Amino acid sequence: MKEITYLEAIKEALDEEMSRDASVFILGEDVGVYGGAFRVTEGFFDKYGEWRVLDTPLAESGFTGAAIGAALVGMRPVVEMQFADFISCAFDQLVNVAAKNHYRWGAATPIVVRAPYGGNIHGGAFHSQCIEGFFYNVPGLKIVAPATAYDAKGLLKAAIRDNDPVIYCEHKYLYRRIKDSIPEEDYVVPIGKARIALDGKDVSIITYGAMVHTALEAATVLKDNGVSCEILDLRTILPLDKKSILDTVKKTNKVIVLHEQTKTGGVGAEVSALISEHCFDYLDGPIIRVAAPDTPVPYSAQMEEAFIPQAKDVISAVEKLIRY
Amino acid sequence: MDIKREDLLQLYYYLKLTRRLEDRVTSLYHQGKILGGAWTSNGTEAVSVGYGCALERNDIAAPYFRDMGVFLIRGITAKRIMAQYFGKKTGVTGGKEGNVHIGDLNFGVFGFPSHLADNYPVGTGAALAFKIRGEKRVAVACTGDGGTSRGDFHEAMNFAAARKLPIVFICNNNQYAYSTPLRLQMAIKDISERARAYGMPSKIVDGNNVVAVYTAAKEAYDIARNGGGPTFIECKTMRMHGHSEHDSAKYVPRELLEEWKKKDPILNMDKYLLENNHAKKEDLDGIDSRVKNEIEEAETFAIESAYPESEDGMKGLYATPIVGE
Repeated sequence: MKEITYLEAIKEALDEEMSRDASVFILGEDVGVYGGAFRVTEGFFDKYGEWRVLDTPLAESGFTGAAIGAALVGMRPVVEMQFADFISCAFDQLVNVAAKNHYRWGAATPIVVRAPYGGNIHGGAFHSQCIEGFFYNVPGLKIVAPATAYDAKGLLKAAIRDNDPVIYCEHKYLYRRIKDSIPEEDYVVPIGKARIALDGKDVSIITYGAMVHTALEAATVLKDNGVSCEILDLRTILPLDKKSILDTVKKTNKVIVLHEQTKTGGVGAEVSALISEHCFDYLDGPIIRVAAPDTPVPYSAQMEEAFIPQAKDVISAVEKLIRY
Repeated sequence: MDIKREDLLQLYYYLKLTRRLEDRVTSLYHQGKILGGAWTSNGTEAVSVGYGCALERNDIAAPYFRDMGVFLIRGITAKRIMAQYFGKKTGVTGGKEGNVHIGDLNFGVFGFPSHLADNYPVGTGAALAFKIRGEKRVAVACTGDGGTSRGDFHEAMNFAAARKLPIVFICNNNQYAYSTPLRLQMAIKDISERARAYGMPSKIVDGNNVVAVYTAAKEAYDIARNGGGPTFIECKTMRMHGHSEHDSAKYVPRELLEEWKKKDPILNMDKYLLENNHAKKEDLDGIDSRVKNEIEEAETFAIESAYPESEDGMKGLYATPIVGE
């Protein structure tokens, strides 16, 4: 076992997969000599050369389309979006080409799009967004969002080995703030499987990404107040691990859905609807969503803090729900 | 370039096959026998036949929707294509997709997405893979004049030129993007000028002359295959039908169509083969009757084929299905 950060976990996954499989290569803006805006690919250019760590022109649609074409002839490209926000420029290629290739004409498209996302870094409206919602209504894509260094490594390896297009949402706030002990040997975290981040019995908090840590913070306070929270970390948000969601609802009968993404039409709406459809009879109270308000991400610290769900918001939601 | 007689006759065969297949599809569309719409390459067949025949077996084509010749040349049979129009299980995509939304990796053909010029970056990606792996293969991507206004066209051309990738970009300039004439699409006279902005060599060819298209494509593939980077080829031609068969194209001046009718690519090739003693009239008639039979057989095959089951529509979303789903 060794202790590494979330960012190091991403880096290790890339490095190990590139060493293991010559078809894996990286492309994106400033990923080469510079090592990427967040230094995830630092040292890769020297190790793997300019044709496996490709600096591209500033053209997300063009290089995402190129990744798709390379994947169609046997490569396993990993696209780095410099910031997840810029993925909107590649929307068409992801939604109409990558996502539909296999269904439409049977061609597998094994690409991974790394999307450094999320706020709490004072990046403003164009460097802080949660982008999973943009793609949530697109059958054919897979979307993962690890919350721990262990999952960051295991999910990225799984994504690279998967034969479908995977959007890998890596939370920028977690890069250097969290560490995990991870095994020395190779492992993957399967796509499509949630995990219980905290075992509990009174209320389920269903969440993913950086909000898992917010939920844990809230759960610690609530425990002192005599409330036992179960936290389900979705890990894969498209497609959802329905069984794990329904299992936790059946266990606690009370549900909070928590995410940093804005509220309307988000993952929380889908999780809530799923629970209502499949285990309404198990619910002892309304499903409560704790999510960012429906505005762009504000810049100033006071406004951004109010925008991003905090532990206190989760605590008051749980306290409200527990009274039912 | 010296082209062998058998290659010339092959060009002729595919011109005829493309024309007769799409003419039959047009009739079936008007009889209400096929599903959905019908988009043809009528009048512009020399483009796809020319650049398609010039490819090597291991190359990759990333076509657009007026590229029927390429599908046929690569080995996707008229039977499977006709069944595709009928929405049958034996169609190229098993009924998941219709008409010209064709792709089959077994034949090195990328699927066509309706968002025009999407296949410019995708084709560029295949060329990138060839370059990374040091393979002597090329990719070719095609779009119409309309697609050259999209960002994906420019992003792909720029990236391919900067990295000197082994790709050839073809433009089927048929003068109308649906109903919008060139003068409202761009302020330049020749689309090939766009290549100059990316430092990419370009060529303008008579898109109704299949030998000219074939020759230009072959030369460009050779350059790309030998590390010389991409070329842009503008094929000037004229779309002789509407955007699709529901469209009477009243917005196209009749005189313009009359003028281009005289330059029909098949008439051109007939004349070329006969005048240069590459073929006799009976040789060409022989090819034509072979093509007619093939189309009749394709139609019978399509009609007699089964429809997919409705539950087939729920299959095949993922290449790696989620375990336990």
